Amino acid sequence: MLDFFMGHYAYWFTIILLAIGLYGMLLKKNLVKKTIGLSIFQAGVILFFVSVAMKEGATVPVKTYELPVTEVSNYMNALPHTLMLTAIVVGVATLGVAFALIINIYNRYGTLNEEELLDKIQ
Amino acid sequence: MIGSEIPALIPVTYILFAILIPVIGLWKREITWHLSLLGTGTATFFSAWGFMHLIQTGETIRYFFGGWAPPIGIEFVYDGLAAFIVLVINAIAFLVLIHSKEISKVEFPGKKLAYYTVSMLLMLGFNGMVLTGDLFNLYVFLEISSLSSYALIAIGEKRAPYAAFRYLIIGTVGGSLYLLGVGFLYTVTGTLNIIDMHVMLPQVIGHSSVIAALILMIIGVGVKAALFPLHGWLPDSYTFASSTSSALIAPIGTKVAAYILFRVVLFLFGVELIDHQLPVTTIIGIFAGIGILYGSIMAIAQSEMKKMLAYSSVSQIGYIIMGLSLANPFGFIGAVLHILNHAMMKALLFLVSGSIRLKEGHSLITKFDNSYRKKYPWTMAAFTTAAISMVGLPPLAGFFSKWYLALGTIDNSNWLLLAVILISSLLNAVYFFRILEKIYLNNPDTESTEETEVVERDEVGFTMMFPMAVMAIGLLLVGIFNAYIVNVIFNMFPAGF
Repeated sequence: MLDFFMGHYAYWFTIILLAIGLYGMLLKKNLVKKTIGLSIFQAGVILFFVSVAMKEGATVPVKTYELPVTEVSNYMNALPHTLMLTAIVVGVATLGVAFALIINIYNRYGTLNEEELLDKIQ
Repeated sequence: MIGSEIPALIPVTYILFAILIPVIGLWKREITWHLSLLGTGTATFFSAWGFMHLIQTGETIRYFFGGWAPPIGIEFVYDGLAAFIVLVINAIAFLVLIHSKEISKVEFPGKKLAYYTVSMLLMLGFNGMVLTGDLFNLYVFLEISSLSSYALIAIGEKRAPYAAFRYLIIGTVGGSLYLLGVGFLYTVTGTLNIIDMHVMLPQVIGHSSVIAALILMIIGVGVKAALFPLHGWLPDSYTFASSTSSALIAPIGTKVAAYILFRVVLFLFGVELIDHQLPVTTIIGIFAGIGILYGSIMAIAQSEMKKMLAYSSVSQIGYIIMGLSLANPFGFIGAVLHILNHAMMKALLFLVSGSIRLKEGHSLITKFDNSYRKKYPWTMAAFTTAAISMVGLPPLAGFFSKWYLALGTIDNSNWLLLAVILISSLLNAVYFFRILEKIYLNNPDTESTEETEVVERDEVGFTMMFPMAVMAIGLLLVGIFNAYIVNVIFNMFPAGF
């Protein structure tokens, strides 16, 4: 049982991050806190990709003279890391749009609390 | 030969115009509308050309970016289905943007520059999603189109930014879940290319992460497609956005997401492969059926025309997903045909509601009366065509997609879904004939006062009438020349049909 948890601790870490993110988005009333939850959720996915690329005893994927290229187990997988660079950019853009919308909402209603917002909309 | 470059040319056109519009627009603000028409027009021309080329030669074009062959490089796959969808979405966007000339002066004055730039980015995202053959590249295009649609929805009424914010939260969670699914598949297959992964999946199908990935991807894309329990963002977003935004996003956005579901379920996994593990198609079919009925009933309950159309979208997307869940040739034909039909019908209906809003300042169904028939005879004629097509009366286009879907349910002996199709057609009739009655019949309570009232004819201008007329005639033509289109769809079947 302990093996099951310790052997997959990177995955458990991802799951906990996703859960924290979902909690923030679902239960927090403040729109900025919801956005923070969203950011944590995305970070969970990004860290999952990064941890998947990890190999024990392997080095960075830059060719060195000591290690032959033919032995791929000497090098980490670089692809998930490069994919996540793009995903991070997407996350930044999403945050930008989210905060632009939040500023707009605040200018129109004068509050960022979801309950007060819904009251004012009705 | 330029024919083989078509898949790359279409998105590049949009990138070019997304840069050109702000640069030229700062110098001459009036011509942003013309530039956006030039952009969508060029893309429509390329997609029509590519579609013709594809029908003649029958060869799938695979475009490798930078000359890197897959699975190392990224490729665009221009097969029959992709060519068809690309042509539909670009043509609809072109027509909707023609209509936007008058709307833009009233609903978003002073924001034209930003609006047309973002709409080019939106179309870039949608075209990229349809064309790409790489799962991660698809995620990037998905986010480009989503971010643009959040921005477009936020330009609108007072409540629009809040509706857009809710869509942003739900939509980004959907995108992240899709990405997580792609990650699971990458860890077991080591590739991101759809064709390459399709070959490898049978060897690893027993792995639990493959099934988890499938579920994550269906939920993630289902959010964008507004598949029944995940549709919460849709009604508010479509109602409070400006008329052009809803006419642009409603017919195109959910259809493209449904197309991605087709790619994932039918082309990437294949029906036989997944149904051995989990009855995915049955479950999707049940949700689609509930969604169809729920959307229709909620549409009847609305008194605002745009909100009614938004709920009707939830119901209509259910038909397309139902065609997927049937997983037989009839269901596939019906679904692909319904993507075309519904794109035209919903775009036309949203354009009509935009025209009414421009002239009357509202689109409340309760305030509609029979003076509209005299004031806007052609707009109302276009509306009637679309409404009858939505209900599904021959010879209009809407009948044929429902016909093929019904044939598909009979083929699978799925009587429950057949009943859903029939009942929802009746419900469609209820919420559209309610409006038609108000427009065309005299109201007995106000009849005596009405005779003294002289109603002047006040038809909308050419830039608004032209796209509506084209779509209304298109609905009739698609209905009449239905057999030719079905023949074309026959060449799009995924392997194993």
